[in-house]
Amino acid sequence: MKRTILAAVAATAIATTASAADFKPAVVFDMGGKFDKSFNEAAYNGAEKFKKDTGIAYREFEVTNVSQREQALRNMARRGAGIVVAMGFAQAAAVEKVAKEYPDVKFTLIDMVVDLPNVQSVVFKEHEGSFLVGMAAAMASKTGKVGFVGGMDIPLIRKFALGYVEGAKYVNGNVEVFQNMTGTTPAAWNDPTKGGELARSQFDRGADVVYAAAGGTGIGVYQAAKDSGKLAIGVDSNQNYLHPGTMLTSMIKRVDVAVYDAFKSAKDGTWKGGIKVLGLAEEGVGYSIDEHNRSLISADMEAKLEKARSEIIAGKIKVTDYMMK
Amino acid sequence: MGEFFTIFILTLDATLRVATPLVLAALAGMFSERSGVIDIGLEGKMLGAAFSAAATAAVTGSPWLGLMAGIVTSMCLSMVHAFACVTHHGNQVVSGMALNIAVAGLGPTLGLAWFHQGGQTPMLGHSSRFTAIDWPFAKALADVPLIGHIYSEIFSGHNIIVYFAMVAVPVAAYVLYRTRFGLRLRAVGESPEAVDTAGISVAGMRYRALLITGFLCGVAGTYLSTAHSAGFIRDMTAGKGYLALAALIFGKWKPVPTMLACLLFAFADAVQIRLQGVELPVIGTIPVQFIQALPYVLTVLLLAGFVGKAIAPKAIGEPYIKER
Repeated sequence: MKRTILAAVAATAIATTASAADFKPAVVFDMGGKFDKSFNEAAYNGAEKFKKDTGIAYREFEVTNVSQREQALRNMARRGAGIVVAMGFAQAAAVEKVAKEYPDVKFTLIDMVVDLPNVQSVVFKEHEGSFLVGMAAAMASKTGKVGFVGGMDIPLIRKFALGYVEGAKYVNGNVEVFQNMTGTTPAAWNDPTKGGELARSQFDRGADVVYAAAGGTGIGVYQAAKDSGKLAIGVDSNQNYLHPGTMLTSMIKRVDVAVYDAFKSAKDGTWKGGIKVLGLAEEGVGYSIDEHNRSLISADMEAKLEKARSEIIAGKIKVTDYMMK
Repeated sequence: MGEFFTIFILTLDATLRVATPLVLAALAGMFSERSGVIDIGLEGKMLGAAFSAAATAAVTGSPWLGLMAGIVTSMCLSMVHAFACVTHHGNQVVSGMALNIAVAGLGPTLGLAWFHQGGQTPMLGHSSRFTAIDWPFAKALADVPLIGHIYSEIFSGHNIIVYFAMVAVPVAAYVLYRTRFGLRLRAVGESPEAVDTAGISVAGMRYRALLITGFLCGVAGTYLSTAHSAGFIRDMTAGKGYLALAALIFGKWKPVPTMLACLLFAFADAVQIRLQGVELPVIGTIPVQFIQALPYVLTVLLLAGFVGKAIAPKAIGEPYIKER
């Protein structure tokens, strides 16, 4: 019954007070956990902001086991969620299945594309943001060697890596980039000990800046950088605050904004299915400068980064997208 | 050649870091199993200690208080195991497994209730962790070829628990083979009847053995959360307790061979991390998946091919029931 009301409301796009009270957004976090200080935490921040702005509570589920994804999504849909936001590429298969079963429920999938009328797929141009932090890494490096620690070995993470390498090479053609992946299973998103060891191995080989695109595993990478007195680059959320002084910058991916917008548009009735691509031009990705890393980024570096940013937006610099290769 | 040597030394350095919790947990298992009590609960005890050490260090800011809390937690869990298996003759595998499952759920649950960070503890700052200790002259000697390298990388620059683990092996060997307590401990595991006839309490010996087990597991768990990383994360032991158990069997329940087995496992892991993405002559870059399977392949090969029959303590797994 509730679902029919909701569907009717959505169809006519009239947001009445009754529907506001009935509107129940939901978010399903992926492995790595809500407080990974990175990807999932960004979604949490977006959802929290929505809750604060509108006073509408949201349902949430933290997937800790591969088989829970589908159950969690189905549960949310069955309980009449106004919109279900699914975090992460790994939920694509589950979203596709559940979205077909519940054609009236809206799904927003972050980081992967599912082509169904009731699914909105939000993907980011991580390679563009990674290009910029790659430039920052090469500019900050004294040894001419920089590192990359990925989470699970998947095309998405390779996309980060490729953009980073291209950015570093753009600044210094001779730069050497070490690349490591933490693992090949979802456990690789939450293994800080391994991340720390990988970072140390790169420092041992001469790297002095390391970029982690590895969810919760990154925490170990940043810790290792701090312990060894090297620089690290954060990912997804602005992680500069974690270790002020050794966090060079963060490649921010506005997952929080994507989640907030999904909730908001579903509430207002302006939500549409399809694919949303967010890059530098849309401010969906970028690098962060705040009081914690101000002293590490010189005015000269910032000027170069800003120049490259506008050139990428203008199409003068082409960053290769690993997925399109 | 010079570069290869450096990489080799640094791999050994990483081996020590990774081996420390394994060595401590395997020694812990040795005391328990030598007294005749199977301890599959090493994993749970380590995890419990890791949680309470990180939680205590986060709240008080002192790693030493964290260490105390870790040891106490682990000893308490060990006593639960002893109460179930020694006093009440329960099944030792079931009791150990129960502890593992209980702790795996309890840690994150308490963490969620106390810190509201999704079952993790807050990240620990520099002063609330065990940090690296630089030995005298390590920096100055670092450039001296060979000896300077070995001194500054392998001996210097670890945290105190790594050194503790190094010392723990000879001490454990001494206790086991050269003291009256050790003789009785081994006897209790081989032939509890004989020990009982000699007028020594079998239950008392096993309780004492399990206290030592709890102590060592507590140190191992504390290492994981407050020395090697900075905070507790769900399931952070990641099977190290079981790996330690495998090393114990591999090492035939003897301290030094067990330590060597732990070092071998850790070395394979360290090599695995360093080989990733490195261009090797002739072969080229090896795929990540293959490299990551390396430690396990090595373990299976060694266990299957090169180790003789491992003979367990005779009375292991059997609760001792006094004849009346």
